[in-house]
Amino acid sequence: MTHQFPALSPEQKKALSDIAQRIVASGKGILAADESVGTMGNRLQRINVENTEENRRAFREILFSSDASINQSIGGVILFHETLYQKDSSGKPFPALIKEKGIVVGIKLDKGTAPLAGTNGETTIQGLDGLAERCAQYKKDGADFGKWRAVLKISSTTPSQLAIQENANTLARYASICQQHGLVPIVEPEILPDGDHDLQRCQYVTEKVLAAVYKALNDHHVYLEGTLLKPNMVTPGHSCPKKYTPQDVAIATVTTLLRTVPAAVPGICFLSGGQSEEEASVNLNAMNQSPLPKPWKLTFSYGRALQASALAAWVGKSENKKAAQEAFRKRAQINGLACRGQYVVSGKTDTAATQSLFTASYTY
Amino acid sequence: MAQWGRWHRGVSVAKRWHRRAPTPGLSPWGVPTSATAGRRRGWEGGACGGGGAERAGGAGPAGCRPAGHVALRQRSPIYRGAGAHSPQSASAAARPAHATTATMTHQYPALTAEQKKELSDIALRIVAPGKGILAADESVGSMAKRLNQIGVENTEENRRLYRQILFSADSRVKKCIGGVIFFHETMYQKADDGTPFVQMIKDKGIVVGIKVDKGVVPLAGTDGETTTQGLDGLSERCAQYKKDGADFAKWRCVLKISDNTPSALAIMENANVLARYASICQQNGIVPIVEPEILPDGDHDLKRCQYVTEKVLAAVYKALSDHHVYLEGTLLKPNMVTPGHSCPTKYSPEEIAMATVTALRRTVPPAVPGVTFLSGGQSEEEASINLNAINTCPLMRPWALTFSYGRALQASALSAWRGQQDNATAATEEFVKRAEVRAMALAGEGC
Repeated sequence: MTHQFPALSPEQKKALSDIAQRIVASGKGILAADESVGTMGNRLQRINVENTEENRRAFREILFSSDASINQSIGGVILFHETLYQKDSSGKPFPALIKEKGIVVGIKLDKGTAPLAGTNGETTIQGLDGLAERCAQYKKDGADFGKWRAVLKISSTTPSQLAIQENANTLARYASICQQHGLVPIVEPEILPDGDHDLQRCQYVTEKVLAAVYKALNDHHVYLEGTLLKPNMVTPGHSCPKKYTPQDVAIATVTTLLRTVPAAVPGICFLSGGQSEEEASVNLNAMNQSPLPKPWKLTFSYGRALQASALAAWVGKSENKKAAQEAFRKRAQINGLACRGQYVVSGKTDTAATQSLFTASYTY
Repeated sequence: MAQWGRWHRGVSVAKRWHRRAPTPGLSPWGVPTSATAGRRRGWEGGACGGGGAERAGGAGPAGCRPAGHVALRQRSPIYRGAGAHSPQSASAAARPAHATTATMTHQYPALTAEQKKELSDIALRIVAPGKGILAADESVGSMAKRLNQIGVENTEENRRLYRQILFSADSRVKKCIGGVIFFHETMYQKADDGTPFVQMIKDKGIVVGIKVDKGVVPLAGTDGETTTQGLDGLSERCAQYKKDGADFAKWRCVLKISDNTPSALAIMENANVLARYASICQQNGIVPIVEPEILPDGDHDLKRCQYVTEKVLAAVYKALSDHHVYLEGTLLKPNMVTPGHSCPTKYSPEEIAMATVTALRRTVPPAVPGVTFLSGGQSEEEASINLNAINTCPLMRPWALTFSYGRALQASALSAWRGQQDNATAATEEFVKRAEVRAMALAGEGC
C-alpha cells in the first residue's frame, strides 16, 4: 500500500509548483489590487473621487496598462471578482492584459469575516460554500492563484486558542480546495498591527499562529510546494511607544519564519498592513539583507503600499494617467530591488510614499 | 546482576542510584521531587486558561497557578525577551508586577537569552560541518545482543572495555565526531588508567550526551503501539547529568507502519512526550535530540513511509511549538525515508534521498540546526551511501544533514575486538576508519 489517498497527481503538483515559482521569481512580487467595492470606496474617497464601477475600472486600467517592463518587478496581480470581468478601453479583458505581460492572474476568494461567538470580538472567514465550483470557473476565466485573508488581533486576551485554530483550519480547507482546481492558494493569516504591544509580543503571537497554520495545512494534505504565504511582518503595535529599526523588524520577522515555515514553501509575500510605502520597502529590503538564512523567497504582496502614490498622482483625472503609471512603476521597481536587498534608500521621498496607510481594525 | 570490577570502588552515589528502587517523593539523588515547581527561571508551568493566547497548544495538566507566580517571573531580574535577538530592555527588569498585559511582551519566556545562546552553541558544535554523532548508548539489554554476536559475555567490565576501545580513538575522530551519546552506566565508568570516559570524550573536543528515556510502554486500545516513559524526575536527572558533564540528551519514541498504524493517538502521544522531554532538557541547559523513529518493519513502499514520516514530523513540530521549545537549541534524529524491510520494490539511494529531503523540507523548520539520521537497521554501507545521496540531493537543505549511528559505526570495531584485549588497538583503528568514512558522506564525497 502506498501513501493514503493522494490528493494530487504528479502533473497537478508540477503545475501548481510552476505557477508558484513564476509568481515569486527572483526580484518579483505581487500587486494586491483586489480591494472590495467598499474598500475601494475608502481609497477613492481619500482623493475625492466617486466610488463608481467606472472609476474603479479606470484606476485598475491605469495600473494594468503599465508598460510591459513592469513584469520585472511584478510576478502576480490579485483581482477582485468584479475586476476579473472588466475590460480596458479597447475592450481587452483585464486578465488578458495582465497575462500578455507574463504576469500571473490571481483572484480574491474569501467572503469576508464572520464573528466567533464567545470570543473577545474575534472572527473567522467565510467563503467555503461552493468554493470548488467558483475555483473551477475562475481557473477557466484566467486565474491561476487565489487569495484568502484570515484576521487575528493581539490584545491581552487575543488571539484565543479558538481563533487561531479556526482560522488555521479554514485557511487549510480553502487551500485544499484551490489546489484541487489548479489554483495556487496564497495563505494569508494576518495579525493586525493594532495595539500597543511590542515587537516581542508580535513575534510570539506570529510564531504560534504560523505553527498552527502549517499543522493545519499538513493535516489537510495541502501540497506546500504549490502554495505561497502572505503573513504580516513582525512589527510593534501601531501605538507601541517603543521604536524599532528596520533591522529589528527584519530579524524578528525572519527568525519567526525560520521557526515555523517549512523550506518547501517557495515564497513568502508580505502584506504591508498599513505601513507607508517607504516603510514597507525599507523593511522588506532589511529582511533580504539580513544575515539570517532564507530558504524561501522573501517578497511583497502590497496593495496600499504599491498604489498610494499612483492614486495621489491620478486624483481621478485621465490626463494624469502617465504620472500615475510612473508613480506605480517607481514603487514596483523599488520593491523589486528590496526583494534582492538592493534598495538604497534615497534621502528624499515624496509625501505619499511616507504617509501612513494605517486604518484601525482594517477589514476589506 | 552485573559483576563489580575493581574499578567500582569509590563509586558515586549517582551510580548506585540506578539499582535502587525509587522512593516515592524523592528523586534519585534524594532531592524532594516537585513537578514543575517554580524553580528559579526554569518554571515551565505558566498561567492556566485565561485568554489562551499564550497557551496556543492547550493548557498543560498542571492546573492553575495563582497570579503571584506570574508577577514573580515578571519581577525577576533575569526576565528577558524571547526573541533570539531581542534588544535587552532594562525596563523589563524594573517593570512593576501590575504592568498592563497590553504592554507585556510575549508570554512567560521559557528561556533567557543566555540560556538560548548556550543551547544553540552546543547544538551547532555537535553538527559542525563534517561531524556526526556516535550513538554509544546501548542499554544493558541491547549490549547483550551485540556482545552475543561476537561471543562475548555481557558483563559490566566487558561493556566498559568495549566502550574504552571506542573512546580511545585518537584525535582523528575530532574531525568527524561532534557528539557521543552515553548510556547512564557509561557516564560513570573510567578507562584502565582511571580517566573518566566523560573526560576522555570532552578532551577530544567532543560533546557528551546522555540517553534519558526509560523505554517504551504500551498504549492500551491500539494495535500494539507504544509511548515512551521517563518524564518522572527528569528535571532533576538532567540537572545532575549536566553537572556530570553532559550537554545534550536523547529520547527515542517508536512508531510503526502497518494498515492501521501509526494511529492518531500514537502520533499525538509520542509527539507530546517528546515535547515535554525537550522542554525539560532545555530548562537544564541540555540540548534535546528529538527522535521519533518510524520502524522500517513491514512491506510498505517508499511513498507510504514518506507520507507517514511527514505526518509524524508535522505533529512533532507542532507539539514542540506548543511546548515553547527553542528550536535552535534542538536536534532532530529521524529515520531516513525508506521502503519497509520486506517491500518487494527496490529503490536507489537517490530515490531515498529525494523522499527523505522532501519530507524534511515539508515539516522541519529551517531554525532547527541539524538533522542526525538514525541508521535503523541499515547496514554500515547502506547507511553511508544513503547519507551521501542525501547530501548531494539537488533540493535545498537549510539544516545540517548528518548521522547519529550506533551499529553502523561500531559493527566493524566489535567484530575486530571479539572480546580479546590483544585486538583492542586494531578494533579502535576500525572504528576510526569507519568514522572517517561516515563523515565523508556528509560532504557528498562518500562511498
